[in-house]
Amino acid sequence: MSDFPWLLAMIAVPAIGAAVVAALPRERALLAKQVALGVSLVVLLLAVLTTLAFDAGGPRFQLTTSVPWIPDFGSDFALGVDGIALVMVLLIGVLVPLVVAASWHEADGGPRPVRVFFAWLLLLEAMMVGVFVATDLLLFYVFFEAMLVPMYFLIGSFGGPRRQYAAVKFFVYSLVGGLVMLASVIGVYVVSAGVLGEGTFAFDTLTRLDIDPDVQRLLFLGFFIAFAIKAPLVPLHTWLPDSGAEAPVGGAVLLVGVLDKVGTFGFIRYCLPLFPDASRFYAPFVLVLAVVGILYAALLAMGQSDMKRLVSYTSISHFGFIALGIFAFTTEAGTGAVLYMVNHGLATGLLFLVVGMLIARGGSRRIADYGGVAAKAPLLAGAFLVAGLASLALPGTGSFVSEFLVLIGSFPERPVFTVLATLGIILAALYVLLMYQRTMHGPARGVLLQEDPAEPLPGAGGGGATATATLPAPQRSLRVADLGRREIAVVAPLVALILVLGVYPQPLIDLIEPAVVATLDDMGAASGGTDR
Amino acid sequence: MSETLPADGLLGWSWLLIALPLAGAAVLLLGGRRTDRWGHLLGAATVATAFVLAVLCTVQLAGQDGAPADVELFTFIATGELDVTAGLLFDPLSAVFALLITGVGSLIHVYSIGYMAHDPGRRRFFAYLNLFVAAMLLLVLGNSFVALYVGWEGVGLASYLLIAFWYTRPGAATAAKKAFIMNRVGDVGLALAIFIMFAQLGTTSYAGVFGTVGTLAGGTITAIGLLLLLGACGKSGQFPLQAWLPDAMEGPTPVSALIHAATMVTAGVYLIARSAPIYDLTPTARAVVLAVGALTLLIGAIAGCAYDDIKKVLAYSTVSQIGYMFLAVGLGPAGYVAGLAHLLAHGFFKAGLFLGAGSVMHAMRDSVDMRRFGALWNKLPITFATFGLGYLALIGFPFLSGYFTKDAIIEAALDRDDVWGWVLGGVAVLGAGLTAFYMTRLMLMTFFGRARWEEGVHPHEAPPVMTAPMVVLAVGSVASGALLVSVFPLSGWLEPVFGEPAEAEHVVAPAVIGLVVTLVMLLGVLAAWLFVGRREVPVAAPVRVSPVTRAARNALYADAVNESLFMRPGQWLTRALVWVDNRGVDGAVNGLAAGLGGSSSRLGRAQTGFVRTYALGMLGGAVVVAGALLAVTSG
Repeated sequence: MSDFPWLLAMIAVPAIGAAVVAALPRERALLAKQVALGVSLVVLLLAVLTTLAFDAGGPRFQLTTSVPWIPDFGSDFALGVDGIALVMVLLIGVLVPLVVAASWHEADGGPRPVRVFFAWLLLLEAMMVGVFVATDLLLFYVFFEAMLVPMYFLIGSFGGPRRQYAAVKFFVYSLVGGLVMLASVIGVYVVSAGVLGEGTFAFDTLTRLDIDPDVQRLLFLGFFIAFAIKAPLVPLHTWLPDSGAEAPVGGAVLLVGVLDKVGTFGFIRYCLPLFPDASRFYAPFVLVLAVVGILYAALLAMGQSDMKRLVSYTSISHFGFIALGIFAFTTEAGTGAVLYMVNHGLATGLLFLVVGMLIARGGSRRIADYGGVAAKAPLLAGAFLVAGLASLALPGTGSFVSEFLVLIGSFPERPVFTVLATLGIILAALYVLLMYQRTMHGPARGVLLQEDPAEPLPGAGGGGATATATLPAPQRSLRVADLGRREIAVVAPLVALILVLGVYPQPLIDLIEPAVVATLDDMGAASGGTDR
Repeated sequence: MSETLPADGLLGWSWLLIALPLAGAAVLLLGGRRTDRWGHLLGAATVATAFVLAVLCTVQLAGQDGAPADVELFTFIATGELDVTAGLLFDPLSAVFALLITGVGSLIHVYSIGYMAHDPGRRRFFAYLNLFVAAMLLLVLGNSFVALYVGWEGVGLASYLLIAFWYTRPGAATAAKKAFIMNRVGDVGLALAIFIMFAQLGTTSYAGVFGTVGTLAGGTITAIGLLLLLGACGKSGQFPLQAWLPDAMEGPTPVSALIHAATMVTAGVYLIARSAPIYDLTPTARAVVLAVGALTLLIGAIAGCAYDDIKKVLAYSTVSQIGYMFLAVGLGPAGYVAGLAHLLAHGFFKAGLFLGAGSVMHAMRDSVDMRRFGALWNKLPITFATFGLGYLALIGFPFLSGYFTKDAIIEAALDRDDVWGWVLGGVAVLGAGLTAFYMTRLMLMTFFGRARWEEGVHPHEAPPVMTAPMVVLAVGSVASGALLVSVFPLSGWLEPVFGEPAEAEHVVAPAVIGLVVTLVMLLGVLAAWLFVGRREVPVAAPVRVSPVTRAARNALYADAVNESLFMRPGQWLTRALVWVDNRGVDGAVNGLAAGLGGSSSRLGRAQTGFVRTYALGMLGGAVVVAGALLAVTSG
């Protein structure tokens, strides 16, 4: 069983599934959805089996597959997982089926065929798995760039009114980052050729190179800029609110829940072990960006009138915490940061999904168009609250464990930054509860008072970035109904996972910690982290 | 401190104390409407069972002479140097709180069966109330600062949910949010204190921290003490974080009784008493605790004199009484027991007073305006009698509970035998006079004088399911003081925690203090009779009043200060940043792109086609190249 190429299967199954779905006749929309759901469930099963096959106490990279790919460049089609990659693959496995189910009617009645939407979704899943399990730098780079394409089309073809602008912005930002990184990837190859006599892209070999610190500083920047765009750190973040707001809800979940994590994953997988001296050199600078991002994005979230933009800004704030944890260089903070990546995927995923369900009912993204929803739709309000509480890292939710680990692990090394970051927990409570109060509490308001929601709302459609999304007719209902059975099936697993990981996070920590320790060892930091 | 014993017997099952109400909450929330008919009974039953269990556990604890029992449950978070075990500590201090929480909690659950009988959301109410009891028990039973923090924020959530219980009222929704945010400000302090403990001592468990805290530098200990105090101030509604507590009265009255009077708001006192080994080492932090307590005691008492809303008066009274408790625990070893005794007695009489207020509101069609009450003493005889006993206990009428516990605090303050002892004692005595004034005013306006009822109000006594808990609490209000001070002394019970009580040389004889405090109290009562009882109470509050009254009516402008210092600048900052982000940061980056590659409008429109083609081309190319290379190399 251990010889089975689990990782290759997790890339191949959704990729083939995407081709099958794309090849279905246009009118077989339901079949396309069913195939997509089936394929994504198979991937989930594979992810679970992979985790069972993984030995937390074993060697760092396991379940490896390696096929010579471009021998002239010393590049292999090499796959393997450590604990960090494994939990991300698990996250993908969990989120995609839920996104498929949540997006069941997303593309119905639109100008483009339904099958196209689900084919892109599956292809995106294949690329996302690939980017986390690649252990060859060039292969990673290829997945990193290829991952953009399905997301570009999901936003550009199935997004909100300003989807074109958002999609292009997303693509151009990512592409610029990718090109800068390509330069550094080539640089690393050249350096390896110089040291070893023969160039290589193999991750394991590259981490053992002793690169000159000055060269490190240069090469670090290429990777860092690409990852800082992806995970967005302030000030490279402005593409995310547009993409998050305009993307279809399922796309937004995967964008913020998984795709952006490639940035923080890149920090810890590539920046730290490849460029240890440069990482230490730039750490204060990165930490400034991280802490500024935490506070700045949280304040901005408070000022948003569009729910999806608000959630996007909260994510930028959360990415600041992850970056803080990674660049504090301690086991506790690093483990917390990786755990944060998982928990944030679940929490923000749920938040985006619930916000999407609300928007599907009211036909508007504006907070001001809602009020008193809790009385009409208590289940929706309850799911909204759980997602919000997870977002503000309330104990009992998984997010608390990771945020706590990041902060308590960073404090001994970086007390000032940590104190400032901790202030973010007040702001998080503000942006979550303000949105919750305005939409769920109070007397019925906005869309709830509309006799016929087809009528334009008073004050809706205000120009600029807060333009009201006009949704296709079938998604509008005459009143705000509570969650249906399909929606409960989407929300319930996430709520359960958030609570379980809030009470018993240790199994995930046990998976993640060895990889974090190995990373810190690679960069020569004390693996204990704290010195006292 | 006594040796910790492994928990055997019933103590090994003490986690059920938390699990029972938590399971109740889960069943009620997940069960939905199916549980509507019996949900409230389940809610009350879980808490009552927890009370029985708490009593049995305490009996076992007494049997082992108060030697604390440590209950290890599972590894919560362990990575690197951090090792947090989910575990409970059942010692005399947590036992006292567990009894208070489950005991008063049971009574209030029973009362709520009647109080919420006609509310469509009754099941949800009991679910939240159960959730609160579970979180509060975790707070007091956890064996580490992390466990305490989890419970700490858990009760914050329950409090939020219950204040906003009637969420369609904007006032309730806003008050709930305010409470949560102000608590979070305090939570930052608590969190930072935990970070320092871990950074300096490598542990967050009580045993670990208290065992090694003495090795730290004095400044570090003081910092920990002050940060813990910030947390305590948030939860307990103490200066400068007191403004949320009166607003929290938007919640249903049983909530005010249980959470915002008897238990949750006293968590700050618990935190400081629990952290006694830390505070014992830092006189500076203790001095700040004293100052906070004394100041809040006066702020609460002054504001309590001016409000016409019966629940707000009781809320400010709570703020003020917790000030007494802070003052007591700030005194250090001399005051811990006194503060905790007052906490317990206060739990009885204040919960009773709130339930009584609920009964009055029940009779007055949910009005809280005392100017529209009056002459209720013979309409609501049981409420009047129980409320009256609570009133006498609170103002410190001789030989009722408040008399013993408040005097003990004043004694302890004076026993410092320095200038500050006299100042603090004086403040406490002055507070006693003010307490007598505002509570007498409340009694006179509510139960005596002319009936000023709104039209169509026909007062009627509450059903037995509501009056029975009131009677029990009234008995507690009368007897608890004497019991805790002399019959079953709390100081002896808590000896394993705080050590042997020092036989202090009294600076002023207790009898003299008792006499002076009683006289000041009578002066307060007299003043209230002169100002309120003797005259006709106008139905509308007088507008032309002295600046002092106006300040008191605005609770000494705490909200105004918060608003002008934090809220409005915050909103301004947020708006400015949104503008900057949209125009500035985004504009700069877009502008840069435009400068490099043409006009920014082209970025938005004309290049769309290009990007699409490029994207597809890239994908196609990548697939072809990857496929070809794979085929070539493996073939």
